[in-house]
Amino acid sequence: MKVEQLSIFLQNKEGSLHDVLEILKKGNLNLKALSLADASDFGILRIVVDNPDKGIKLLKDNGFLVKPTDIIAIEMDDTPGALANILGIIKKDKINLEYLYAFSHQKTDKAILVLHTDNLDDLISCLEKENIVIVQSEKIFDL
Amino acid sequence: MIWDKQKECMPREELEELQLKKLQETVKRAFKKIPYYNKKYTEVEVFPEDIETLKDIEKLPFITKDDLRESYPFGLFAVDKKKIKELHSSSGTTGKPVVSGYTEKDLDIWSETIARGLTMMGLGEDDVIQNTHGYGMFTGGFGVHYGSHKIGATIIPISTGQTKRQIEIMRDFGTTGLIFTPSYGIYLGETAIEDGLDPKEFGIKAIGFGAEMWTEEMREQIEKIFGAKAYNIYGLTELMGPGVGIECCAQQGLHIPEDIYYPEIIDPNTLENIGPNMEGELVLTNLEREGMPVIRFRTKDITSLTYEPCKCGRTFARMGRITGRSDDMIKVKGVAIFPSQIEKAILKVSQVKPHYMIIVTRPDVLDQIEVKVEASEDLFFDGVKEMVNIRQKIGKSIENETGIRVKVTLVEPRSLPRFEGKAKRVIDERNLH
Repeated sequence: MKVEQLSIFLQNKEGSLHDVLEILKKGNLNLKALSLADASDFGILRIVVDNPDKGIKLLKDNGFLVKPTDIIAIEMDDTPGALANILGIIKKDKINLEYLYAFSHQKTDKAILVLHTDNLDDLISCLEKENIVIVQSEKIFDL
Repeated sequence: MIWDKQKECMPREELEELQLKKLQETVKRAFKKIPYYNKKYTEVEVFPEDIETLKDIEKLPFITKDDLRESYPFGLFAVDKKKIKELHSSSGTTGKPVVSGYTEKDLDIWSETIARGLTMMGLGEDDVIQNTHGYGMFTGGFGVHYGSHKIGATIIPISTGQTKRQIEIMRDFGTTGLIFTPSYGIYLGETAIEDGLDPKEFGIKAIGFGAEMWTEEMREQIEKIFGAKAYNIYGLTELMGPGVGIECCAQQGLHIPEDIYYPEIIDPNTLENIGPNMEGELVLTNLEREGMPVIRFRTKDITSLTYEPCKCGRTFARMGRITGRSDDMIKVKGVAIFPSQIEKAILKVSQVKPHYMIIVTRPDVLDQIEVKVEASEDLFFDGVKEMVNIRQKIGKSIENETGIRVKVTLVEPRSLPRFEGKAKRVIDERNLH
């Protein structure tokens, strides 16, 4: 159900994102989704890669601070209002999202939405109740 | 004007005789009355009768801030506690503070040193002295207060802060003498200017400043703002308080009242005494103190001594401006801070020994400290909210430990320089040396 995301601590300075991406490139890891949260002097880079274990090892070996985090990925229509509808469902169940990011891809006409909250299981039941498709890790790695 | 011409202009030979006599008495009393000295001197087999010349002081072991701390609170008192009239304590340092106890006579001697200094600055009974040093356990406030009483001046014990009120009182009460830390003085002057006033018209005759590192440029700036000469005041709670050194009208070094304090300069590495006009660590001895005689105290302040005659006619040695520290203490906004305190504060938030760096700057006139902390497994969460929270917790912890508000920045692991042996934790960008 849950997808493993890598959270990486970055300082807000030139080149720090590039350094991470270079390491992933050398490890031949493919980036499936990416989001960057920044808080003036530092930032948190969140990525989904096709081989999270390898990603963690490579980044740690290179001195980066990286933590695996579980997230939920869901499929939504790549049409106007799709995100609003999903957030409406989550709001109805009074679930407070910590963060989210979305990406679209070429393989289907669906977009993928990545969600994180304090209690992922509540979120899963909320979404399942409304028949929203939760995407498995393998499928994302395959996109 | 010279407050005590007989003492302050004493021929050196005569002065040295007086010093030796007082040193012998001090060592004898300390050895007899204070177990700390008795034990320490017995261990190295040096006894009071071994002090036959002034140079023999070099046989005696040093005393450090740590020794004073270990004797907390009253372990170094040479008199019965009922004879102690006042207690003071050093500001914001690691572990237990250093306590200083004063008998009636000590308070008189202390005020004597300040009286001499205020007189050097040209202040006397006709003057109104506004003392912006904090009153309380910090010796800066009361030291100046007592000295001002001694010369018969009018003292305004306004203490630090309330800048607008300071300016109002300065004008309304006809202040002629100002006592402040250099950075607060500049701030005070600039605030007055912002309010459309010209501090040069306030009628200030003399300024005494200290308790903080400063540069000649800062002095020039202060003198320009207030249209008055600014004189350096040096002192330490451990020895008594301010008054260990004060500048005369020549403004070429601070006169040490050598009948009250015996100064030496040592090489902080070899601990050997070094000659005049050479930079080293200042070591001080109380020659006249009943309550708590301190013998060969390592100040960790770097300066030099000169015994050349001064233009003002005083024969007392002069010390130069403090140009640095032989340890890693930093003085910020008048408060002494050691990197170990910052480390202790971070350890209260993180389980892991942190890598950190302290950067001190002075963007305008006030000091700022930034503490860079390397993020670690312990200090990293997948949420901006949690991260900001961690940063605040570290800041709060440092403030609790040191009393100073700092800016905390989290940086990537291994991004701070590593050192072999002793780590360099402080980058002082204030250009004070």
